[in-house]
Amino acid sequence: MAEVTQLIHEYLRHDKKFPHVLCPGCGHGILLGSLIRSVHALGIPKDDVALVAGIGCSGRVAVYVDFNTVHAVHGRALTVATGIKMAKPDMHVIVVQGDGDALSIGGNHFIHAARRNIGLTVLVLNNFIYGMTGGQCSSATPLGCWSTTTPYGQMEKSFDFVEMTRAAGANFVSRGTVFHVKTLDKLVRQALVHPGFSLVEVLTPCHTQFGRKNKFKSPVDMYQWLKKAAMPLEAYEKLDPDKRAGRIPIGVFVDNHEPALETRYAAMRAKLAKG
Amino acid sequence: MTNPKKGQTRITIYPDWCKACGLCVAFCPAKVLEIDVAAGCARAVREQECVNCGFCELHCPDFAIVVTPRGKTRNGGTQPPQENGN
Repeated sequence: MAEVTQLIHEYLRHDKKFPHVLCPGCGHGILLGSLIRSVHALGIPKDDVALVAGIGCSGRVAVYVDFNTVHAVHGRALTVATGIKMAKPDMHVIVVQGDGDALSIGGNHFIHAARRNIGLTVLVLNNFIYGMTGGQCSSATPLGCWSTTTPYGQMEKSFDFVEMTRAAGANFVSRGTVFHVKTLDKLVRQALVHPGFSLVEVLTPCHTQFGRKNKFKSPVDMYQWLKKAAMPLEAYEKLDPDKRAGRIPIGVFVDNHEPALETRYAAMRAKLAKG
Repeated sequence: MTNPKKGQTRITIYPDWCKACGLCVAFCPAKVLEIDVAAGCARAVREQECVNCGFCELHCPDFAIVVTPRGKTRNGGTQPPQENGN
């Protein structure tokens, strides 16, 4: 296994301060490792990757890695990425957003990017909370969970990212967790080569802001929970609906091959150029 | 019965990068690692038990642990004889 960490170190910006700012046990680092391994496995040169990140803990991911990176405005990472992809359709444009960034503040951008089916790879790091700003509830905080702004428990239902992206018309929709790293690697690799809008929702624990308020004694407890709760989609579908409560299906939910926006755009340009 | 996979590896932990989250310690199937509270990082206390599953290396959020086959350096060269664990 020797090559794993060494490979990651080759892709890091060592002039930045290390260790990174993320809390002990935060899953964002695991996702970053997974992304680096996937890009390397596909043989994509560093210069052909544009990594756009939003604001929040997930935004720090882009700081540490040696791709072309943009740290965009809160919730607007997808708009910046859309511009890059339309201008440079051959580039692999990856967007890293948190749950608050992608679906609370940038919700509309997210829906429309999925509707347009533009060829972006979107990694939504869902930690169920606004981590960096102090643990306020986000649109992904599950019903009944505690946060700084819901001291008696969340009363609102949470967003189902997968169902929403499917409904918006994306080409590739999947969900993984940072505990199931090998599955996550596979999903990220698939998302990177898939044409059109590709979403990987990555469940990642935030012990500092979410776990401590929700009866998880340590970061390890949160990983134990992910290990127990997550199950392959195929097994989940066979499960008795009464037993599905508390279980999280992971895997590929949508796998369409409709032409992406940049392909349609290129075809339109070619048609108009002929006159 | 000894597992033939055991003891084939050397574990290196970067103490400055490790945040002692305990993930590798909790999930290591061979219980190789322990948290050194005073130093604030993980330590490979039973290196000879390592079965080279790679869990710690894949899951370390801080890229602070390396599992290398014995007799090889991280750069693929041969190990100098006077190696000393961490």
